[in-house]
Amino acid sequence: MSKRLTIALAGNPNSGKTTVFNSLTGSRQHVGNYPGVTVEKKEGNLNYKGYEITVIDLPGTYSLTAYSIDEIVTRNFVVEEKPDVVIDVIDASNLERNLYLATQFMELEVPLVLAFNMFDVAEKQGLAVDKKRLSELLGCPIVFTVATKKTGITELLEEAIKLKEGPVILKKVRLDYGREMEEEIKKIGDILTEDRVLTQKYASRWLAVKLLESDSEVIKKAKASLHAGRVLEQTEKSINHLKNIFGDNPEAVIAERRYGLISGACSEAAQRTYELRHTTSDKIDKVLVNRVLGLPIFLGLAWLLFRFVFGFSQPLMRWIEIGQAWLQQLAGSFLPEGSVIQSLVVNGVIGGVGSVLVFVPVIFLLFLVMAILEDSGYMARVAFIMDRFMHKLGLHGRSSIPMLLGFGCTLPAIMAARTIDDQKDRLVTILVNPFMSCGAKLPFYALFIAAFFPGRMAGNILFSLYMLGIIVAIIMAKLFRRYLFRGPANPFVMELPPYRMPTLKGLLIHMWERGVVYLKKAGTVIFIGCVLVWFLSNFPWDPQRSMQNSYAGKIGRAIAPVFKPLGFNDWRLSVGLIGGFIGKEIVVGTLGTLHSVDQAGNGATSLREVLQNQTQADGSKMYTPLVAYAAMVFVLLYIPCIAVIGVIKKETNSWRWPLFTVFYTTAVAWIVALIVYQGGRLLGLG
Amino acid sequence: MRGQFLPLALVRPNREVSLMAVTGGQGLRRRLNDMGLSKGVKFKVIHASAVGPCIISLGNSRLVLGRGMAQKILVKEE
Repeated sequence: MSKRLTIALAGNPNSGKTTVFNSLTGSRQHVGNYPGVTVEKKEGNLNYKGYEITVIDLPGTYSLTAYSIDEIVTRNFVVEEKPDVVIDVIDASNLERNLYLATQFMELEVPLVLAFNMFDVAEKQGLAVDKKRLSELLGCPIVFTVATKKTGITELLEEAIKLKEGPVILKKVRLDYGREMEEEIKKIGDILTEDRVLTQKYASRWLAVKLLESDSEVIKKAKASLHAGRVLEQTEKSINHLKNIFGDNPEAVIAERRYGLISGACSEAAQRTYELRHTTSDKIDKVLVNRVLGLPIFLGLAWLLFRFVFGFSQPLMRWIEIGQAWLQQLAGSFLPEGSVIQSLVVNGVIGGVGSVLVFVPVIFLLFLVMAILEDSGYMARVAFIMDRFMHKLGLHGRSSIPMLLGFGCTLPAIMAARTIDDQKDRLVTILVNPFMSCGAKLPFYALFIAAFFPGRMAGNILFSLYMLGIIVAIIMAKLFRRYLFRGPANPFVMELPPYRMPTLKGLLIHMWERGVVYLKKAGTVIFIGCVLVWFLSNFPWDPQRSMQNSYAGKIGRAIAPVFKPLGFNDWRLSVGLIGGFIGKEIVVGTLGTLHSVDQAGNGATSLREVLQNQTQADGSKMYTPLVAYAAMVFVLLYIPCIAVIGVIKKETNSWRWPLFTVFYTTAVAWIVALIVYQGGRLLGLG
Repeated sequence: MRGQFLPLALVRPNREVSLMAVTGGQGLRRRLNDMGLSKGVKFKVIHASAVGPCIISLGNSRLVLGRGMAQKILVKEE
């Protein structure tokens, strides 16, 4: 048996933490979720000197307060899972601020190694560090790394193993908060030590400091303690006492001391001549985030990337479809004609796998583009440029990319919402995204517009649908913000990293790890869903494959009355809408099958005529332009396809939000279509 | 005007300022603190606006401060 070692990787956003992670583990990574939350958990493995080493990439944070879910996850992981070593990755060009997080690991009294990353850049700027002296002052080993060039990576492992094996050479440094503060920390700490359960896990000193900082999570823990009353009473007394002495909240004083320790240590052991690394970046920013040019440049770039992703993926998707059809034909010819097994293999299994695979090109390409935007540093600028506009939607600038992607395909758009670090914003972005009209809805619009809005009206009708989708998204985002995800918006503070040239390896790793998550997690849900829908539309078994008598057909007829107020008097449309749950492009196909249109010929054209001429029992037209418009509105807004539901499940890590999405989007669709149809009738339009 | 406190939103680009006070709630103050924006810290304003977000240069990094936040941060021009 080899020896085990767990290393947790922490650090500020933009400190190059991910690059260090990639250099340590290479491609041996897998991505999961922390239990119960939507924060991504990345793990990787490697072997070194007889150790089987697991590296956990913690979320990037600036601090260990209870400010965001990322910080809570990081803190809980370090405290509860007790990794053997924590490596704090520090941007060497930004020592003081990055060391702030390190001081908090020091307070937690965990075995700590500091990686001064991107040290080459810092050196060029004239930074000189007395490594030995600074290690002593901070009480933990320091390694200079350049993760992009793999410099210092083995040294990191050496230091980690040294910490694990002991004996510890460096004397732990205890942050001294000054006499008055220390007295209060001791008073609270003494009461806390009486609660063995609590202090077994957490150092009582750390808990006391956090209580003085009014940390909401630790207060919750204290409330559950045996001595809750006394602890909280003492805390309040201490805070008031300290407020009187310092004329400020104790937490401000505590932060000041941490920065004090850092600047003391740095002024003794780190010299720098300031030469800002941002000069080139600032020049680029003069153009890219320019008040006038910023927005048009972004929209132009977004359009280009959009064209790239959907343009390149289309031929690939067609190949997959051709391959699928070929496979279906092949399998069909081997299996008994008209049997259940033939239908299951051909339409259920191969069809189901196909509908998972068909998204692969678009998703991988999209993640490649996202990786380029993120790794180069432009993504942060997008958030800045779009912030003012997105604010009107009750969202931050970070949501703009997913919303734009939604016009192409909702599925990657929802996955792209990962870059939003505020959980409430992220959920709202995910929930309203299906209203951005996706590409798969186009065939349906094309059919109905061609049939009922010929000529010059066509373009305007199509545009009005897209606009309606955006307006509904804005209204729903506002409602969710107000009623579902209440509470103040988190202050939006974000670092603008300097522009960097992305490395090919980094891009490929980022693309791969996210793409694989789609295949593994969403893929299973989509596949099962497709087989289920296959079952519903083929049973009770009928070799003639008339969907009319299947369960799906029966459901379609049963729910047809629901659509009556919307003006849809065609049961076939109801069946089609149910089929649309697999994919929106299926609605048109189902309508074609049920209207028994000759599919071999020019399907859409003939179906168009059928729809135009379809009459009801009383001789009146089944579809008027008003009904057609209401139907398009309904398709625009109702239930997203099953793939999207699968992805929402994966991304939110629960069934709650996908189920909620199913019901609320359908309700919204029904209501808006009702308003359109009944309103139109009142205005005498139909 | 020299020596008076004024909201960050009103500072013209390329001015050096010191942070004097934050009028927002505890959450905002804590966040700014974590990012290195504590009382007395000096930084340069790169892009300021009353309605949109601001960009500042702090030490060796560039920070974006969301809309409205620039109203809550009081600074003194150097």
